[in-house]
Amino acid sequence: MEPYAALMASFVLCGIVAAVMVCASWILGPKNPTPTKLEIFETGNPPMGSLRGMRFPVKFYLVAIFFVVFDVEVVFLYPWALIFRQLGWAGLVEMAIFMAILGAGLAYVWQVGALEWD
Amino acid sequence: MIAFWIVALFALVGALVVVLHRNPVYSALGLVLTLFQVAVLFALLDAPLLALLQVMVYAGAIVVLFLFVIMLLSLEPEKRLAAPFPVAVAGLVLAATLGFGLVVSGTLPLRSGVPSRLPADFGSPESLATNLFTKHQLPFELTSVLLLVAVVGAVVLARRRS
Repeated sequence: MEPYAALMASFVLCGIVAAVMVCASWILGPKNPTPTKLEIFETGNPPMGSLRGMRFPVKFYLVAIFFVVFDVEVVFLYPWALIFRQLGWAGLVEMAIFMAILGAGLAYVWQVGALEWD
Repeated sequence: MIAFWIVALFALVGALVVVLHRNPVYSALGLVLTLFQVAVLFALLDAPLLALLQVMVYAGAIVVLFLFVIMLLSLEPEKRLAAPFPVAVAGLVLAATLGFGLVVSGTLPLRSGVPSRLPADFGSPESLATNLFTKHQLPFELTSVLLLVAVVGAVVLARRRS
């Protein structure tokens, strides 16, 4: 458990700092609410109303999916890089096949233009 | 052991937030709490790499994906609906079965093949990597096919109409 003590200490410290900042500004800050101040800040413009029922382009979702998939791909590189030398050529070929299959996916995504925004 | 109970408690709190909170964004954040606690459980089980990846991939990427979906659907806070009676019964039976299975599996003796003392490097990232890239090459390569299907599937589903 030794190595985790430092991590735990870091978590606790982060929590304390965040809590102190929020609490201090809540206690020390003057409170003088006006209707204008309580409005939602939208780059200085008056809010246009609720977002409920608004539809967003599905492209946002596609970008998120691509991120997750290629994130998982990179996850496999971490353990591979750790024992890269012990694995030798076999390991290199193994990873090359893995990357080639995912590279095909990337090429497809690129080809159909899913990486373009419009 | 104390650490386990604390972590388990927080994991359950997070899970309850996921199920019970009426605002789906809070539910997603409750999921982050639970996933973090599961990461700590992995660490307690001598699986540091798995713990790290749990935080990076699940608490990081997957929950972001959930939040995207919540945003895309722009869900309103849920109205409290009573589950229809058969659904409630089915849920209770399922939960009871799972709980019973967990309790029973906890009391069963270990399989004979499992050594009583773990090797010194058990759970280390190096031993995980060695196992993954030598013994389990085929599942590793098949993972890339799975990811490929996910990418292509997402594109096909998103572009079907246009």
